[in-house]
Amino acid sequence: MPTDPSPAAIQVQGLAKRFDRVQAVSAVDFEVRPGELFGFLGPNGAGKTTTINMLTGLARPDVGTIHISGIDCTKSPRAAQHLIGVVPDESNLYPELTGFGNLCFCAALYGINKAERKSRARELLDTFDLAGAADRKFGGYSKGMKRKLAIAAGIIHRPDILFLDEPTTGIDVASARQLRQLVQVLNKNGTTIFLTTHYIEEAERLCNRIAFIVSGRTIRTDTVDNLIQPVRDTHVLQVTCIGRTGDLAGDLGRTFPDLAFSFPEQGMIRVTSGSPVRVGPLVRFLEDRAVEVTEARKIRPSLEEVFIDITGVKAEIMGREKEKTGGGSR
Amino acid sequence: MNQWIAFWNIFVKDLKTYYLKPPNISWGLIFPLAWTGMFFVKTGSGLSSIPEVLPGVMAVSILFGTTSMLAVTITFEKKNRSFERLLLAPLSFEILMLAKTSGAILFGILNALVPLFLAVWLTDLSQVAWGVLVPAVFLISVASTFMGLFIAVAVSEVFEAQTFSNFFRFPMIFLCGLFFPVSALPFFLEPVSYLLPLTYGADLLHGALRGEHTLPYLVDLAVLAVFCTGLFAVSLYNIRRRWIA
Repeated sequence: MPTDPSPAAIQVQGLAKRFDRVQAVSAVDFEVRPGELFGFLGPNGAGKTTTINMLTGLARPDVGTIHISGIDCTKSPRAAQHLIGVVPDESNLYPELTGFGNLCFCAALYGINKAERKSRARELLDTFDLAGAADRKFGGYSKGMKRKLAIAAGIIHRPDILFLDEPTTGIDVASARQLRQLVQVLNKNGTTIFLTTHYIEEAERLCNRIAFIVSGRTIRTDTVDNLIQPVRDTHVLQVTCIGRTGDLAGDLGRTFPDLAFSFPEQGMIRVTSGSPVRVGPLVRFLEDRAVEVTEARKIRPSLEEVFIDITGVKAEIMGREKEKTGGGSR
Repeated sequence: MNQWIAFWNIFVKDLKTYYLKPPNISWGLIFPLAWTGMFFVKTGSGLSSIPEVLPGVMAVSILFGTTSMLAVTITFEKKNRSFERLLLAPLSFEILMLAKTSGAILFGILNALVPLFLAVWLTDLSQVAWGVLVPAVFLISVASTFMGLFIAVAVSEVFEAQTFSNFFRFPMIFLCGLFFPVSALPFFLEPVSYLLPLTYGADLLHGALRGEHTLPYLVDLAVLAVFCTGLFAVSLYNIRRRWIA
């Protein structure tokens, strides 16, 4: 019988973790294949960081098993640390060291000799466009620069698997875009990437497969294509208007029986249909009822719809998190 | 992988980043001088009393230098999460923590050398038993450092580290026989003094510098070594239990 020679990069079964009275993770299961860019998507507090901590040996699971490249890390959480690189959600580099010094120090932690760690540090500073700031102290770096150096430090020893925890949170749009490109390049070069994020578009754009985690449970794991499939042929029109729209639900439903209407907020109507929505009759209907239409926009069905549908997490919650954390995913 | 590359680089980084900074060097110089001056003022004695004062000043310099620095640096690194970076490295815990503590051990030894070098200029130290003094200074420094590690693991804030350190340090100074003999303590405190590592260190220093000691040197050295091993093992256990929970 043929057997798969390469084990899963990460295999997690029935993972659970409790901190005092808080059940941080209660049922997490997934498998990441070698070379995959795997997204772990969920709102803040869903258990993403706790899961990463368990996978990287910074926390011990109460229940469940973890295998990294076939190595059982359940009982020995640090057994696979030579294979992994970790970029945490907050910087853990040394503010008093320079960028170059930080990279050389991180390389030394993996037993890399002096000449090699210097050349590797220079190579990564060039790659991440930080060569000009190599001799500046890390404490004086901007958020985007800090994040880039943290990623460089995470891959200094050329790990097989890279854990990226919220890599674009709190940084400006240009830096976020540059980071996403770097992540894609790393993945193309063969690094398996485990990415946690609460930016749905980011996960959709970058990842091969995604696991949704809500309240410490993985709800669904699949490819982006498979996840989006149910809404792929759906047509969504978002109408922005001035005037009372909520009262029109009944009338709209009777007049346009083929369309589904929702009212996400005051002055906004969301129209969903299996076929293209004709804008003219809808606008005329609204204006006849003293509702002034200011914008009608076709929305591309996205993973956000799927996420909301599967997890039950309200769109506004994810929206609020974008605002709280700076909205790096654009 | 070569774990000693990591060990050496952690050690050197800590020396450069924490221990060999000008404020710490001046601490290492001023602290023993201040204690020496205090004793002279208190006793009104002259240079002839240096051998009596020296064991106390050396021990206190080591104790305060190591516990203060280590408890603060580890707590600081834990707080700003850079300690996490070390925990993520494929290093054995033992090597990692030895690397983190080696800088403080060296700092403690250097602190002890400051009053010793001053004493060399001011008095005759020809009677000093160097074969006892050197291992004594080393073991006191190791035991104090590991006590600092034990404290660092027990607290989560930098200010707590200082407060908690004093909880151990001040009673120890007065109970360990540095400034008056253990036999002069009230009967109920005497057994307590033998539970303190510094009691054995003080006995060694008194013996090495003045030829007066209560216990055999080998017993003192052995008990200090047991304290070092015990404190290190308990600290590692606590790190695993509390920081990789």
